[in-house]
Amino acid sequence: MRADSPGVRSTSDILDAHRGDPTRLVQILRDAQRECGNWLPARVITEIAAGLGLPRARVEGVAGFYAFLHLSPVGRFRVLVSDNITDQFAGSREVAGALCRRLGVKRGRVRSDGRVSVDFTSCTGLCDQAPAILVNGQAVPRVTGMRLDAVVRCIEANLPLEEWPQDLLRVDDGVRQAGPVLSATLAPGEALKKMLHEPAERVLAVLEGSKLRGRGGAGFSVATKWNTCRLAPNDCVVVCNADEGEPGTFKDRLLLMRHADHVFEGMTIAARFTGATAGFVYLRGEYEFLAPHLREVLHQRRAAKLLGTSIAGERGFDFDIDVHLGAGAYVCGEETALLESLEGKRGVPRHKPPFPVTHGYLGRPTVVNNVETFADAAWLFANGLDAWGALGTPQSSGTKLLSVAGDVERPGIYEVPWGTTLREVLTLAGAERTKAVQVGGPSAELVPPSMFDRRLAFEDLPCAGAIAVFNDSRDLLDVVVNYAHFFAHESCGFCTPCRVGTHVATRSLDKLRRGQGSQSELNELNTLTRLLRDTSHCGLGATAPNGWRHYLDRFQDDLQRRLSVEFQPAFDVEKALAAARVARGDEP
Amino acid sequence: MTRPTFTLDGVAISFDEGQTIIEAARKAGVFIPFLCAHPEFPAHGSCRVCTVLVNGRAMASCTTKAADGQVVESNTAALTRDRQALVQMLFVEGNHFCPGCEKSGACTLQSLGKDLAVTSAGFAHESPTRPVDASHPDILLDFNRCILCELCVRASSDVDKKDVFALSGRGLDKHLIVNAESGRLADTGMATTDKAMSVCPVGVILWKRRGFADPIGKRPHDVESPRQRVEGKGKTS
Amino acid sequence: MTAKVRVATTSLAGCFGCHMSFLDIDERILPLLDKVTFDRSPLTDLKHAGPCDVGLVEGGVCNEDNLHVLREFRKQCKVLVAVGACAINGGLPAQRNQFDVGDLLRHVYFEEPGLTRRVVPDDPELPALFDKVRPIHELVKVDYFLPGCPPPADAFWAFLSDLLEGRDPRLPPGAIRYD
Repeated sequence: MRADSPGVRSTSDILDAHRGDPTRLVQILRDAQRECGNWLPARVITEIAAGLGLPRARVEGVAGFYAFLHLSPVGRFRVLVSDNITDQFAGSREVAGALCRRLGVKRGRVRSDGRVSVDFTSCTGLCDQAPAILVNGQAVPRVTGMRLDAVVRCIEANLPLEEWPQDLLRVDDGVRQAGPVLSATLAPGEALKKMLHEPAERVLAVLEGSKLRGRGGAGFSVATKWNTCRLAPNDCVVVCNADEGEPGTFKDRLLLMRHADHVFEGMTIAARFTGATAGFVYLRGEYEFLAPHLREVLHQRRAAKLLGTSIAGERGFDFDIDVHLGAGAYVCGEETALLESLEGKRGVPRHKPPFPVTHGYLGRPTVVNNVETFADAAWLFANGLDAWGALGTPQSSGTKLLSVAGDVERPGIYEVPWGTTLREVLTLAGAERTKAVQVGGPSAELVPPSMFDRRLAFEDLPCAGAIAVFNDSRDLLDVVVNYAHFFAHESCGFCTPCRVGTHVATRSLDKLRRGQGSQSELNELNTLTRLLRDTSHCGLGATAPNGWRHYLDRFQDDLQRRLSVEFQPAFDVEKALAAARVARGDEP
Repeated sequence: MTRPTFTLDGVAISFDEGQTIIEAARKAGVFIPFLCAHPEFPAHGSCRVCTVLVNGRAMASCTTKAADGQVVESNTAALTRDRQALVQMLFVEGNHFCPGCEKSGACTLQSLGKDLAVTSAGFAHESPTRPVDASHPDILLDFNRCILCELCVRASSDVDKKDVFALSGRGLDKHLIVNAESGRLADTGMATTDKAMSVCPVGVILWKRRGFADPIGKRPHDVESPRQRVEGKGKTS
Repeated sequence: MTAKVRVATTSLAGCFGCHMSFLDIDERILPLLDKVTFDRSPLTDLKHAGPCDVGLVEGGVCNEDNLHVLREFRKQCKVLVAVGACAINGGLPAQRNQFDVGDLLRHVYFEEPGLTRRVVPDDPELPALFDKVRPIHELVKVDYFLPGCPPPADAFWAFLSDLLEGRDPRLPPGAIRYD
């Protein structure tokens, strides 16, 4: 379909394609939006609500939650510039400026002919190929020079995305160092067949013996999670958390692009063990461009009898996997928010307990694991406990995929055994004059050089994947401010401390960066740190202060230079007088 | 058989299995500050002002089940500071002008602020633009005062079976919407007899032509504040 | 005899209602005057504050003159107190914050019926309006807050008594009001 042409599928066609299933609401809204020129007119919301038997306001509320669903028009080419801090340092702001100038559109507005809009978005997971943009969900890496020219040309020519030069849309793997997991080439079904006929106790023994822990951040024991699910009554569900939203993380992108079979194999092993019949990949909206490939691999696995009914010839082993797309919401990486979204709702984290292992998707026991965890599980069953046990540290077994970006010679994906020091990683990637490293993303740790000898391990310096490197030419307040704005933008808004506190923090930090911050702002930030940590509803709010907290604690010299002695207003006094002066003719 | 008990600031509170900490405390006549909790509805856990320390860990007392032997702290200086900050956040987030509000003297946010000795908004005001909805012949919606507790959403859905209200947006842009393509309350099924009409803890859902009926000193919370209501010490009790 | 405590008071974008409530301490003002002397205040009609111990500020900041006076108070007063709803959250004047101030001026001076001279007054003596009415803590550091519209006389009394006795001021139950 041409980006500029009117919709061809009616709302009822779309509802039929999704079997009128309200749990598919986010998918339905995504599809309807595509047919309506990238936004959802009020009439369409009403039709969808009526078709699904849901209150209209609830449907509107779901659409209003996700950054990639629009209740007012955006451009038929909707250009989103990835605006993580390493993207900024790579020129994302200049790219956005150039695109706006060349396309004749103001950022955040729609061009008068409706053709195009340009805005920023949270990290799109292409930090190693920055500056990157998304055009109607399609990734376009390295948008500088002639590539930027080409983007402008394609849009002005009203060229459908399918006809854009393939070279422009090619996302590189970005592998810089492959370890055992990335080097493995498992035949589809190879790992599954090794555990297919093993009794559950033996499989559990392998999982326990492996000490495999979740790769998404929390590091929960896979054996415990899977086994709790297995023992829970009712039909289990296996969910792969591919909502790789932590800014600076892009290693799941690679696994999904190049090792989707391993990921699906891990999910199928989990299904075999827990007795699950349904599986989902919750793919972040930013990775929409990976969905066709994933669906193709799933199709091949069905054809190979590795999905569907009687998998691998085993009667009663029925399991299939569906790909669900997110729509621009970092909080959906939180497993219960993810489940809400999978059920077609606003991505608001649930109260815990109960936990998903007993009450997850539609109340069913649910295993939710990170992409990398499933890939590791497949590797574990293919290669055995001994091979796995040789990797990592006693408490952190196996390897870790790192997404290294920022001020390094060689950005990209590195597979290292747990226990590797941060300094070793920096050397591998070619980092020099490093001032600080954000390890694990904005929600984790800002690490000063004095701590570079810490080991990446659950017991020392945990890391879900992101390694963002900043050299001594960078202003760390730019970093901390970017992270604070990210959390304010991504707060679901459910609880008071996170909804308001993340926003209040951005104001104080903006002041600090402008050199207008005083002791009052520091006091306020310290108050917010405690409040968010202690009273937030979920981990997003609780970890949001980490960026500024570590900066205030660990970079005192830097901070002191920025402090103003006197309290200063947060707004520009002269600007605040301008409107009235113009009205009374004091100024032109 | 003895009932299970926990201690709340050193006082033993017995409870029934399944009760939350705030429910058990309320039954025992001990006030834990709250905003979004309502005895007739399941816990919501969004305002967070009922946060207490449960065995040293901060938890919302409205969503945390009481357990035998728990040590719960509520009346501590640190928790009071946290609650003050949360109330201040709700004040700066919206447009709350008590002197001109019909709900003054019957507003849970106002009463809680006074109970916690909040004297200022502390943070910078957001001053959002939130037009009122005066489309309904008998009901006014003044969104400026919304604290997003969802009590009206829950009442309209669970009790009235009308789903008049829902939430849209997220983060600081999260806001209440009504169930009509026009976005106007007049085009929903809302009626003054609805449960949703009476649950708003602040001054969003208002009767038209009914304001400032009680003089200062005789308004509902002047007669009995939320704390007095729980502690059974109101002037009417 | 120790030196008296110097107190300055002013009203910015306020209605002087807080000042009136202050005077409602009635005869208690006599013992207060034993300990306190007033610097700039409507009571003294001084135009500028000198070095003071305590500054009581009523009203929010709606124009550049308000800001000027507020900054003078902050500079001259060791302890600055925001008095009343308007100083604390902008109060009634802040209800204009959801409108563009330029639109408001044009509406009032151009579009209202019965206007003979359609012009926004621009005498240099008239201070320019800010885009929003702001509480004073958003412009200067504020040490204490006395809420209420107005704060009750007992709140003034309790607050100043504590301050004069060297105690950290605490408002008695019932003295904290928002309306």
